[in-house]
Amino acid sequence: MQRKPRINVWQSIDWITITIYLLLVIMGWLNIYAAVFNEDHQSIFDITQKYGKQLLWILAALIIIVVIILADEKIFVFFAYPTYIIVIMLLLAVLVFGVEINNSKSWFEIAGLRIQPAEFAKFTTLLAVANYLSEPNRNIFQWRTLFTTVLMIGFPALLILLQNDTGTAIVFAAFIFMLYREGLPGWILFLGFFSIVLGILSLTKPFYVPILMVIITALSYAWYISKNKSDIRLFAFVFTGINLILLAINYFLNLNIKTEYILIGTTVTSLPFLIYYAFMRRGIKMILIWLTTIIMIGFAYSVDYLYDNILQPHQRTRIDHVLGINFDPQGAGYNVNQSMIAIGSGGFWGKGFLQGTQTKYDFVPEQSTDFIFCTIGEEWGFVGSTLVIILFLVLLLRIIVLAERQRSRFSRIYGYGVFSILFFHVSINIGMTIGIAPVIGIPLPFFSYGGSSLWAFTILLFIFLRLDASRTLLVK
Amino acid sequence: MKHEYSNRPWIIGGIAVAILSVYIWRLFVLQIVETKFHESASNNVLRFIVQYPTRGLIYDRNNRLLVYNEPVYDVMVIPRQVKKFDTTELCQILHIDVDYVKKQLAAAKKYSRFKPSAFLNQISITENALFSEKSYKFPGFYTQTRTIRKYPEHNSAHLLGYVGEVNDQIIKQDTSYKSGDYMGINGLERAYESILKGEKGVEIYVVDVYNRIKGRFKNGKLDKKAIPGQDIQISIDTRIQNYGEQLMQNKTGAIIAIEPSSGEILCMVSSPSFDPNLLSGRQRSNNYKALELDSLKPLFNRAMQAQYPPGSTFKLINALVGQQVGVLHSHTTYSCYGGYTVGNFHLGCHHHPSPLRLVESIAMSCNAYYCHVFRNILDHQGATNFRKNYAIWYSAVRSFNLGDKLGIDFPFELPGLIPDTSFYDRRFKNKRWVSINIVSNSIGQGEILLTPLQMVNMTCAIANRGYYYIPHFIRKIENQSQIDPKFTTPVYTKIDPKYFELVIEGMYQAVNGGAGSTARIARVDGLEICGKTGTAQNPHGKDHSIFIAFAPKNNPKIAIAVYVENAGFGATWSAPIASLMIEKYLNDSINPNRKFIEDRILQANLINATQTKN
Repeated sequence: MQRKPRINVWQSIDWITITIYLLLVIMGWLNIYAAVFNEDHQSIFDITQKYGKQLLWILAALIIIVVIILADEKIFVFFAYPTYIIVIMLLLAVLVFGVEINNSKSWFEIAGLRIQPAEFAKFTTLLAVANYLSEPNRNIFQWRTLFTTVLMIGFPALLILLQNDTGTAIVFAAFIFMLYREGLPGWILFLGFFSIVLGILSLTKPFYVPILMVIITALSYAWYISKNKSDIRLFAFVFTGINLILLAINYFLNLNIKTEYILIGTTVTSLPFLIYYAFMRRGIKMILIWLTTIIMIGFAYSVDYLYDNILQPHQRTRIDHVLGINFDPQGAGYNVNQSMIAIGSGGFWGKGFLQGTQTKYDFVPEQSTDFIFCTIGEEWGFVGSTLVIILFLVLLLRIIVLAERQRSRFSRIYGYGVFSILFFHVSINIGMTIGIAPVIGIPLPFFSYGGSSLWAFTILLFIFLRLDASRTLLVK
Repeated sequence: MKHEYSNRPWIIGGIAVAILSVYIWRLFVLQIVETKFHESASNNVLRFIVQYPTRGLIYDRNNRLLVYNEPVYDVMVIPRQVKKFDTTELCQILHIDVDYVKKQLAAAKKYSRFKPSAFLNQISITENALFSEKSYKFPGFYTQTRTIRKYPEHNSAHLLGYVGEVNDQIIKQDTSYKSGDYMGINGLERAYESILKGEKGVEIYVVDVYNRIKGRFKNGKLDKKAIPGQDIQISIDTRIQNYGEQLMQNKTGAIIAIEPSSGEILCMVSSPSFDPNLLSGRQRSNNYKALELDSLKPLFNRAMQAQYPPGSTFKLINALVGQQVGVLHSHTTYSCYGGYTVGNFHLGCHHHPSPLRLVESIAMSCNAYYCHVFRNILDHQGATNFRKNYAIWYSAVRSFNLGDKLGIDFPFELPGLIPDTSFYDRRFKNKRWVSINIVSNSIGQGEILLTPLQMVNMTCAIANRGYYYIPHFIRKIENQSQIDPKFTTPVYTKIDPKYFELVIEGMYQAVNGGAGSTARIARVDGLEICGKTGTAQNPHGKDHSIFIAFAPKNNPKIAIAVYVENAGFGATWSAPIASLMIEKYLNDSINPNRKFIEDRILQANLINATQTKN
């Protein structure tokens, strides 16, 4: 029997990442102290307060880290599917036995401790998907693979949605980065971003703006990919010309036909010509582009409908606020407004540790969880908040570097998954506090108060570090 | 495969860099470029000032104002906003001492650092003006305008009730109340709390860290106007309410008068009473404690919460029931030899001519007569039907709403007591009881207990010849077109109207008849007062004096019940008081011939030394 080559895990593990991790966790801990500082309990070790408790979670996390590092690298693959199933069970169970906090029924309360299975679902799903995709001869271009993958990601997301924890459910969309690295066509990624922009435009601007954007994008793309450019050029000119003429007629004769109707009309009537072109050139690409255009226009309309009729009121107001539609200081807009004020008032150097007035006076709700970044912004200023962002960025880029040096496909997929999840949390959470992203309740990794959150991210990250430490051994 | 996607890591990394760079840029804008946030932060203290609505006013039936509102100012404090301040100066302005300041601040901190606590309630207008001028010196302190109740007539304390702070129980039940809010605790203030209180509003101000108001938040767009409480008009006639309280000075007891044709309560006096202004204002709790400790119990509302034996007034009910079941007729005659004797049992009676028929028995209030009548009601169909006939008697008596609450628009009404068969079953061994065991009920002694309210309601039923309206105070609520229909619907007793005439004649004779009539002192020319005296035995002291009456005999305008504790015969005190009240109400003044009665009453002091314990 071959002797298994031994490695010293402690030597080959990536200490850079660990250092960044520890830095973030400690900064996070200090920040919670500042955010919910209680003059009656001044010791940071006071376990009746959140900062004392966070220390307990941190110590527990360290133990978890040691356990993971000492574990054999193969058990993660081994347990990938079982843990995934178990957490799915928990997600189902919490719907029945769970406790409702902040409108979401996503917590188990056992002996005073609260556990949120959704947090753990993130890495168990990742393990399962990584395991699945890394099987031999599996690639993302097979329909069956794609379908199964989407199902594996989508099912826990759906369960979490049923808990009324929309924010955490949306996190699962972040897996798209991981899939993109594994071969998911780039245009899907592009379409994703494009749809988001389109959605925003259709909610904030008059309708012809998003439609115009779709048409221009479509024309540009057609121009770009077409071999026979003069044909397309002709079509583009004629199409644009007709539109301009019609719009002019509409304007000067005061016909008051909506601009978007004209645009849509011309687009639809161009179909016969495209069919002719397709027939002549024996290529259906233009038809496909046309089809996509129509679909995107439909999407723009449906966003509006979805917004008005499917979203819950509080979700609407949050999106309203980010997009600047209705400012309601009493509602979710209040949170973000207060948050921006808190951060903005930090200036360059910040107000100093424990000196944040907005933080002290509790102007920002959820200060120790969703809006923890405000404390950084207010007390450490531009210098401090940029430092934190750069630290996260370095962590994320380091993860990419580590992921790329993996021989094992499983490890690489897993690594990109870690990147995706962390990136999503960091950008949405910080984006929330500075008024760029809508307020969905998701934590800032390592900073937001909470045992479940801290342990889940720690496990997520350190499984990867453990896999990375054994990268010379794993080939699957 | 790795080669094909070799640029993807770069793209993914690039996206991360791009987005986070945008964030850093945004931070730059927020924290360095935009200065408004610095100002915003310091201006950012939002102060929610509750707008307390004016409480509804209460008017009497002639639109005389009984309660109005006076503005006062409460000083509030938010501990976390309090910075170092000159304690001495604060004490000077508010007329308090340093200890008080320390104590209040400690209590406020304990309650909550962020929520406002009451610091000092009801400072005067001048104190408020001074404080407002210097408020910048005391960050964290501010004043809130409130109103307190003022009672211009200085009477009707029990009737109107008073307003005090809500307690924790109420706050839990009704979330519109917050700690420190006021609500009606007793009387009409409580009965009509939901009408009088209106709805709170809010003004949102932006205040800077120096506690100066910088302006309205969003120009007041999010403010909510307070909705004032609705005024109510009650049926009380203040003239006779005042008069009644005067007459009852230095006596304990109650007077209630009702207009029989509508059930409207004309006056409700409970004595001893007090100036209602004592329970309003800063001294309220001290005054309340003093009143609570007073052995005569001035806070106790005798008109509705005292349950007394009705005494001889109850004979009227037995007279009616007796006729209804057929054992009593106008010519039914009984003799009385100083009382009613059966074997060893003897129930005494005062001296009067004998024998008597129905009308005379009422006029001269013969006890023996009613012992006969009562026992006949129960026994006239033999022992086997005893319980059945008791139930019939019980049911007829209860139809006057005796032994149960009337459903008046006033809190804490008591039901009185009319014993039913199970009551006596519990009392007597083996459930063996017969009419002789309970014969005291015939003359309103025994186990029967009524409140003065029930007695006057009973009088209304008699005055109306067989029906009454549920007694009520309310005449008009500001925004409502009519009052609760239950108050305007007549309630019928189980006695046929035709049986009332003899009883009424008896009452008429009691006042206006010849020798032997028990209440001739109550006679007033031209008013046709009909009344019935009562003397309730009191094992603890002198007998209680009772009188019920109505006038005029036909189309009566007022029914009244007067109850004076420890005052001996009904005729001595209650009857003259009742007659003066009726005369004042119907004639607006007292006949000079009767002035001596008025004087005697006004000067009498029936509260003797043995009752005033320390």
